[in-house]
Amino acid sequence: MSSLEYSSAAWARGGLLAMRKVPEAALGDRVVVRDHQGRQRSGQVIRTSAELVLVQIFEGTDNLDLERTWVRFLDKPFELALAPEVLGRVFNGVGQPRDGRPPIVSKLSRNVNGASINPAARAYPREFIQTGISTIDGMNTLVRGQKLPVFSGSGLPHNRLAAQIVRQAKLLHAGKTESHGDFALVFAAMGVSHSDARFFEESFEESGVLGQVATFINLADDPPIERLILPRVALTCAEYLAFDLDMHVLVVMTDMTYYAEALREIATGKGDVPARKGFPGYLYSDLAEIYERAGRIRGKAGSITLIPVVSMPSDDITHPVPDLTGYITEGQIVLSRELAAANVQPPVAVLPSLSRLMKDGIGEGMTREDHARVASQLFASYAKAQEVRSLAAIIGAEELSEEDNRYLQFAEAFENRFVSQGEREDRTIFQTLDLAWEVLSLLPKEALTRLSEKDLDARYQQAVSE
Amino acid sequence: MSGQGSILDIQGPIVVAQLPNARTGEQVKLGKLGLMGEVIAREDARAVVQVYENTEGLRPGEPATAMGEPLSVELGPGILGGIFDGLQRPLESMLEQTGERIERGLVIPAIDRAKKWPFVPQAELKVGARIGGGAILGSVQENATITHHILVPPEIAGELIDLVAAGDYTVDDVVGRVRDRQGHIHKLHLSSRWPVRLPRPFNKRDHAVQPLITGQRIMDTFFPLLKGGKGAIPGPFGAGKTVLQQQIARWSDAQIVIYVGCGERGNELTEVLDTFPQLTDPRSGRPLMERTLLVANTSNMPVVAREVSVYVGMTLAEYFRDQGFDVVMVADSTSRWAEALREVAGRLGQMPVEEGYPAYLGSTLAAFYERAGRVETLSGGHGSVTLIGAVSPPGGDFSEPVTSHTKDIIQTFWALSKDLADARHYPAVDWLESFSLFVDTAARWWHENVSEDWLQLRNKSLRLLTEAEELNRIVNLVGVEALSSQQRWTLESARLIREGLLQQSALEAKDSFCSPEKQYLLLSLMIDIYNRGAEILKLGMPVQELLRLPLLAKARRWKIAYASDELEGLKQEARDIVPLFDALRAEYASPTSQRSKSEGTES
Repeated sequence: MSSLEYSSAAWARGGLLAMRKVPEAALGDRVVVRDHQGRQRSGQVIRTSAELVLVQIFEGTDNLDLERTWVRFLDKPFELALAPEVLGRVFNGVGQPRDGRPPIVSKLSRNVNGASINPAARAYPREFIQTGISTIDGMNTLVRGQKLPVFSGSGLPHNRLAAQIVRQAKLLHAGKTESHGDFALVFAAMGVSHSDARFFEESFEESGVLGQVATFINLADDPPIERLILPRVALTCAEYLAFDLDMHVLVVMTDMTYYAEALREIATGKGDVPARKGFPGYLYSDLAEIYERAGRIRGKAGSITLIPVVSMPSDDITHPVPDLTGYITEGQIVLSRELAAANVQPPVAVLPSLSRLMKDGIGEGMTREDHARVASQLFASYAKAQEVRSLAAIIGAEELSEEDNRYLQFAEAFENRFVSQGEREDRTIFQTLDLAWEVLSLLPKEALTRLSEKDLDARYQQAVSE
Repeated sequence: MSGQGSILDIQGPIVVAQLPNARTGEQVKLGKLGLMGEVIAREDARAVVQVYENTEGLRPGEPATAMGEPLSVELGPGILGGIFDGLQRPLESMLEQTGERIERGLVIPAIDRAKKWPFVPQAELKVGARIGGGAILGSVQENATITHHILVPPEIAGELIDLVAAGDYTVDDVVGRVRDRQGHIHKLHLSSRWPVRLPRPFNKRDHAVQPLITGQRIMDTFFPLLKGGKGAIPGPFGAGKTVLQQQIARWSDAQIVIYVGCGERGNELTEVLDTFPQLTDPRSGRPLMERTLLVANTSNMPVVAREVSVYVGMTLAEYFRDQGFDVVMVADSTSRWAEALREVAGRLGQMPVEEGYPAYLGSTLAAFYERAGRVETLSGGHGSVTLIGAVSPPGGDFSEPVTSHTKDIIQTFWALSKDLADARHYPAVDWLESFSLFVDTAARWWHENVSEDWLQLRNKSLRLLTEAEELNRIVNLVGVEALSSQQRWTLESARLIREGLLQQSALEAKDSFCSPEKQYLLLSLMIDIYNRGAEILKLGMPVQELLRLPLLAKARRWKIAYASDELEGLKQEARDIVPLFDALRAEYASPTSQRSKSEGTES
């Protein structure tokens, strides 16, 4: 069958090509489309029946006609060739080189859709990753095998934050940091601008990890349909690095909103019933297929830690993409426009941020004994300080009680000293926690009810006397 | 009885096949891979099949086989402590057979066929006796916690013509035979099958009478649920639904807990799988897994199996109910199940009504929740299924279809709030949005078993919380100085109730489970402090001084200072309050302090 070319195109629109009279094409089959200029495009069967076969074309259907379009069904699913040489290379969304070097040749290739990990085979992530960023390490701790997205908005420095995490991430082992010889990075960019792509490239180069990065890029002016396959291709590569080559893989995916928009485009073309904001009802399942490929597997040394960047259209956290992402991922880091405007960098809004896997990755033997309580106290005190602030905005700061004034001071110090840090500033977890005590000590001891008496005896006084 | 046909059309999880005579609901095996699905519609000679597994690689023209039976679960000894996927396949066996990734077309029985169980026939049951469906044939001590009753399948009744002696049998061995009215002879086994979409029969529904004790103060004390009741936990992401559900699964005083992870995170299920075997039941001291059964369908597993998983869980729950147990079924999350319905409806091109959901969403949800309840079983005993569903409203909007339909059906509503969660007030149950229709029934239990004034104290504390909410609105407009001393004390007492009582840490060993006695002691202590403080304010004590009492900071830590079996300490604290306030009263009631107070106000 693979040698036959069909020219029975029935219609073409919005990245979809319908073919008549193709016997027995399997769902998910890869196809090669040749247009009237002899150029090749690749695609995949997304619906198949005896009468009509529907193909999505990753390069789009622009410039195709029905009469001079030839389609070859390869009789195999979409697969990616895998070899250790993927590191240091740059590919497009379907896994073809974009760096002018030859394609990867390997006996090993895998279906890019992967297969679900048996939950009984997963190992629960609990190894603390030190990112050197206080708001993450101290309050929204990242662990190996976690999926922790960055929720951002247009114009906010999510790329800089992601790059800083990539530069500084390291494992803390019994209080000592570990070198990362077994570390790899998979960078998946969908719909990003040329300048953003360059920013990341320079950032990897500068931190000397370029040889450890496999990059998959679909730029803003590349065909959008390709974004549908790109994260699957990138994660297939990540799974290979993690579970075949035993590496600890950090996957940065940006921007998932563009991915979802491409999915919406195809869904509309197919006539799928829309659920919210025109996105198809299966957006949740589709995103889950991508995000759930992160994790650890019992008996395997490697891991996949996933940091997707999700931009929130109009800063709306209830938009379907961030909303559904939040239901699948293990927490989120939310960036705030107000903090960015107040020149707090990185502008992490800690209150809506969360790391669900934090509780098992911190504490005695992993970070420090008081970590959980300190984090809880910071959240509670800062939430209280926000209430005081809104009160001050109405009745004026002069009218506040003395205790409330101390909350205002705390909030200032928290934002300017704890949240704010340089792009090159790599704080250890102990520095982060000491800093937390420093700002918490601006509050009266009685207000710190989430800390134990022992913590307060050991650390509170100390911070004041310093 | 199986019919043969061939595949015509494949679109995602929906396959159309030429299959005359197939019935809706019937199982269908598809293609060379042998993927399983079920018929959801018939059109002429075609059957529309929803497939439980990923359909990639399937081709038109491949065979389709109707299997003659609807999707059924296997019931019998050996299912407790099990971890199943949405189709009741044991995940551990799948791991052994095919490795860490789930392969397609895998058929693995839910119960070990070779294992022998010690069966003891019911003593009073004699050969020749007439027995009906649901009667108890005998029992198997499945583990130290649970005695598994072997029931006559509900559809069989007649004369018992055979019953084996006590001994060890596999689930496939014949342990008895029944001759029905028509003279047909039915063999009875330790295991039986039941179709998941058909509710198991019972004699009649009965009143729910006893509160389900979850050990969570906001639930037991404020918004109780009865054994046999229906509850929902709606909340946006990050509000703590999963932690709360896990707390219920861990600590509730049900005899059997069925936890259905429906479309949720893989790592979360792994956490359950990792931690539950290490936990012990606070009442029996036995491993929690002995009374627990997990159904796990993670979000990346095929969507149709997700839709099925809640029915699999419910049928398992009903099976234990029929043995006379109080069962809690926790479904996390029913929204994912509803979305699976929507996804299939969308693929079939059904007309959407609200947010893409099909018109039958409300009736499907209601029919499912109605399978919960306390019943008189076929054998005359009592059993119950308590159903607690998590709901994940998009954007935390409770007016969306799944939440609003669910709210109409359930009796206890624990509304989670993003604002509370952001302030790390856990469990983030919003006391203004939540409700329970069971407070009066629960009060009867509390009055009989704990204390007579439970309802009064509970209502008092809720009133304080509501008043504080009003006062906070004023404070936000004009500042706290505008309030009277009494009002400021109300505000402070409400804060004390929030932090010292409502907030409960799942991570603190002494706080994670809170016995009814401890709940009551804490509640009465908080109200006692409020009353005594209010009284002294009337005598003229400046409110600032009252707010400075170290007692207030200390009271917030009582919940973590004393475990449920260290209540003597808490009682001592209650006694210590008396002299403290007596001293204050003496100070302000004396004429000299009256004078100093009036001077103070003048200056």
